[in-house]
This record gives sequence, C-alpha cells and structure tokens, in this order.
Amino acid sequence: MGFDGITHGGLPRARTSLLVGGPGSGKTLFGLRFLVHGARECGEPGIFVAFEESTERIIANASSFGWGLPGLVPSKLTFLDARPSPDLVQSGAFDLEGLLAVLKATIRKTGARRIVFDALDIYLVLLPDPVAKRREVYRLNEWLLANKLTGLITAKADGEEAGATMSHASGFMQFMVDCAVMLNHRVSLGVSQRNLRVVKYRGSSFDENEAPFVIGSTGFDVAISRTAAPREKPVSNERISSGVKRLDTMLGGGYYKGSSILITGFPGTAKTTLSGAFAEAACKRGERTIFFSFDSDGNEVIRNLLSVRIRLQRFVDNGLLRMVSARTISGSAETLLVRIKALAREHDAHCLVIDPVSTLAKVGNELTAHGVAERLIDWTKSDGTTLVCTSLLDELNGQVDGSTPLQISTIADTWIHLNYLVQAGERNRGLSILKSRGTAHSNQVRELILTDAGVTLADVYTAGGEVLMGTMRWEKESSERIANEVANVAGKLKRVSLDAEEAVLEVRAKSLRTELIAKQVEKTLLTRTSQSRRGDLSLGHLRMRQLRRGDAARPPAKGAKL
Amino acid sequence: MKHPMKHQFRLYVAGGTQNSVDAANNLAFYCKQNLPASHEIELIDVLTRPELALADKVFMTPTLVRMRPRPHLRIVGTLSNAQSMSTMLDLAGAVA
Repeated sequence: MGFDGITHGGLPRARTSLLVGGPGSGKTLFGLRFLVHGARECGEPGIFVAFEESTERIIANASSFGWGLPGLVPSKLTFLDARPSPDLVQSGAFDLEGLLAVLKATIRKTGARRIVFDALDIYLVLLPDPVAKRREVYRLNEWLLANKLTGLITAKADGEEAGATMSHASGFMQFMVDCAVMLNHRVSLGVSQRNLRVVKYRGSSFDENEAPFVIGSTGFDVAISRTAAPREKPVSNERISSGVKRLDTMLGGGYYKGSSILITGFPGTAKTTLSGAFAEAACKRGERTIFFSFDSDGNEVIRNLLSVRIRLQRFVDNGLLRMVSARTISGSAETLLVRIKALAREHDAHCLVIDPVSTLAKVGNELTAHGVAERLIDWTKSDGTTLVCTSLLDELNGQVDGSTPLQISTIADTWIHLNYLVQAGERNRGLSILKSRGTAHSNQVRELILTDAGVTLADVYTAGGEVLMGTMRWEKESSERIANEVANVAGKLKRVSLDAEEAVLEVRAKSLRTELIAKQVEKTLLTRTSQSRRGDLSLGHLRMRQLRRGDAARPPAKGAKL
Repeated sequence: MKHPMKHQFRLYVAGGTQNSVDAANNLAFYCKQNLPASHEIELIDVLTRPELALADKVFMTPTLVRMRPRPHLRIVGTLSNAQSMSTMLDLAGAVA
C-alpha cells in the first residue's frame, strides 16, 4: 500500500508503532493489512490481538477484500480474542502479564514476528489511574522490544479530530512508540474523506502531510502524493492518432504516446465525440482501451457516436474496449480514482478516456480534486498510459481561455479547446489547440464538422479579422468564387480588346514602314538625278571652253563649285 | 449450613509479581474468614502454563475464576476490594 511510500519503507521493524484514529477510520483494517502482507509476502507470521471485536467478525469483515484470511489462519496468522468479558468484576490492581504469557506461548508455536494490538484503549480504560495505564503501555512496549517483535498498537482517538484531544494514555503512547500514525475520517460537504498522517517516525524521513486514503475493494489504498520517484517508463516519441486525420496534422503527427490530453469545452461541443474518435483509433491499432463515462451510459455513448460513424461496438465485442458507465459511482474523488485505477489495471488498458474528468470536482471534492487529478496524470504517466480526459467548462463563468476547474490544463500535455461561435443565427464548433508540449502544432482555429460520414475539420474562413464558420463560411466562399469568375471574364475581355488594338497598331506600323521605304526610294532617286545633272553641267562647261579655245586646256578642278 | 457447598477457585497469577502475590494472599485471607474448610484454591502460573490461560481466556493477571458453584464468575485484580469480594462470596452463599 501507499503507506510504504510515505514512510519511505513502511513500519519500523522490531519496533512499536501506534495507530490512532476515530471510529470507523480504518484502524483494524490497517493492522490486519499489515499482518496479511507480512504473512503472504514477507514470510512473517503474525498475531492479531483483538480487544474489541471477535475473531469471527474480523475475518468476516475482511473477507470482502480478497486477502484470503481463512487460508492463513492459524499457522501464519493467529487471532487472539482478548475482549474483556462484560461481566468482569474488578477488584484492585491487575496487569497484562497473562496476555503476554499467552502470546509468548503462541510465538513459540508459530514463530510470529508481527503483532497487532487492536483497540488497546478498551483495556486501558479498565485501569484505574493514569499511572497504571502508563505502566501497562510501558510493559507492553518493553515486552515487544525484548522479543524483537514488530508491533502495531491501535487506539481510538477521542473526538472527531484526532490529535488535539488525544486521551492521556494515547498521548503518552505517542511519546513512547517509534512511529505514530493518525487516521482521520472527515466529512466535508457530505463527502467522506479519509486521511492518514504520519505524526512521528524515529529514524526515518517521512511525508508529513495528510495523505488521502480509501478503503476500497482491495482494502487499504493510500494515495501517495507526488513524490520524486523515478519514472518507470521512458518517455515515448511515438505518435498515436487522435482519430481525426486533420487534427493529427494540426498536432504535427498526433498525440504523444503516454501523454495526457485534455479536451475542454462547453456542453455539446463534441468533447465526447473527440474522445470517442480517439478510443476508436486506439482500438484500431489494437491497444486495449477503457472508456469511463460519467455523463451517460456506456451503450448510449456507443449509440450516439455511431451517428458520426465512430463505431465502437465491434471493439466492445472483441474485448479491446471496455465502456464503464461511472455515473453511479458516488463518493469522494479519491474513491473514484481508486476505482478508475483498479478497473484500468484489470483491463490492462493502454489508453484511458475519462469523460468528463471534471466530475472529480463535484461538490464536496473541491479541496482534494486537484490533488486527485494530479495523481491521475502522474499515475498514467508512470504507467505509460495515454490519457484523454474531457473537462466541462462552466458556461456561466465563461472561462473560455481560462483555467479548468481542476487546473488540469497546466499539467496536461495537450490541451484542445472546443467552443461555439454564434454567427448569423448559427452555432458552429470551433477547435483550437491551446497547447501541445513538444509538438509543432497549428495555431489555427478549425471548424469541427460532425457528419454521418465522420468527424472532420475544415479551415475556417478568415478575412478581415473575421472568422467565419458554417453557412457563413460557405456563403463567403461561394461569393468569392463568383467574384473570381467575374474577374476572370473581365480579364479575358480586356485581353481580346487589347489584342484588337495591337493588331490595328501593327497594321498601321506596316503601312508606315511601306511609306517609309517609298520615301527612301524617292530620296535616292532624287539624289541620283541631281548628280547626273551636275555632271551634265560640268561637261557642258568643258565643251564650251574647248570651243572658245581662249584658255589653256585645263581640266576643271574636281568638285569645283559652279 | 450442614452441607456447605464447596467453593472451588482458580487463581491465575503471573509468576511472583506483586499483584499476583497480593491476590493470592487476599484470597487466602477471605476464604479463611468466610469459607473455612469449604474451599479449594487452584493456583495457576500463566508463565508456566499459558495454554490454560488461553483456554480460559485469561489475559489479565491476576484473575480469579470461581469454578464452583456455577455460574463461573471472574474477578480481575488483587482482590483488595473487600466489597466486590464479599459480593461474590455472598452470591455464592445465596446459591448455596
């Protein structure tokens, strides 16, 4: 039991321990568990000295815990009915020597190493004065030490609150023994809370805080607070599917195996659907899964999920999936945790779904629920179990981006938030990943669409800082499509007209070029005519001079001007 | 009391502890005073015969068990309280 964890090893061997508690706080059970454990696992026979209850009643009361008491009696476990007879007449001083003698004889016979004195206070009240009580306790302690027995004495605490009003003898016992443990049974807001506290422990360090415990179907279960115990399982890099393909993409490949996932949202935001999708995916991979439903009956969940094509019944049939309708489990958060643990172990589950985990924080459990939730995650982590839990957000408080009631959000690895967006008379579901440790996750809000074909995510339409979903998204999308088409047509028209203009220009350019060539030809022609005329002219001059014969025959300088 | 009922007592003691010695002495004194010649005392030391103590469910010492007359009656302690002692013996006388 978890007690060993608190005291870092259990009760002190060959020493005396004291267990104090109010009525019904589990003293007898604790003592019995101690002996049974010794007898079954440590090979140490024990003796149970009962001052209050008859042997038959003790065995009958403990029979529901499956400890196999009758099989241990008498060789490994001896019961000694030391109830003072009711018609006992008292006259003068007496002591426990007789009992010790009987015990000694029994030890010689069975070789007992452990001994429990249950409800020693019954005997002590018979003693006339505090001195006598003290002497008897002292005698007992000395005797236990001398015989090297590991002893456990249980005693009642006066009043509800153990400790403060400890009777004189018990107070003295506390000083004398090496280890003192207090059991507490309180009722806060109608919910029973059991607590255990180690008051002192000579020669050992111990957890000084109150630790909740539960008397469950297997007996005594102390919930150890988070200790710095080494993780039993190495962290896994393996990713597992969330059951929704696009969500896996958003998470960069899915959840981490063995991580804890929190899905928060208002009622009706498809939290159960998402966790159902996860369960289905887990079963498809062949992982044993257990689904705790606190809201509705397991079969109801299966039926409801069928409407979005999450088919779980086949896995229930082949034994991979176990649906637990936990609506009826009442009790403290601690009890719930113990039940969850026991059932998950029984099923050998690798994936655990709790829908919703906020049940733990029901009225009366606020104080402990957070610790329980922490231990739940701690436990699934150390077991390598992938935990998906949903949490209901209080619509009145409207903590959309705030913390969850249990503050699980801070310890969960992945936090997916679902909310409603109300627009244009519609409610649409939006999904966003608030955090996901160690994964490159999407920052986008997606629309969660539940259809009879399954669960999918759609990109929301974001434009101008607006997030549109549902019909609005569709409308916006189609209007955009039309606008696109119009623009397309306009573009085409423009191109055609441009083509036409281009053609006109080209034609014009061609005619101009032709004109240009004509002009060039004309120009060349002109040049040539003027040259020949000039040649003609100079020839004419020469001829004239020759005819006149007045001057020496000299050819005219070439290029001379006229 | 022509045929006085014979009283049978069994006194469980734990060795030579003070309580045990006191009880034995007190018992002897009372018997001598109130039941002369009609009593029988069996002294059992639980340290040497624990099986008898277990069978009789005697866990506190000293314990006086009145074996006879019936019913069995028990007185725990040193028998120093004369009142309770004589109640027991008177009761015995009434039966007789």
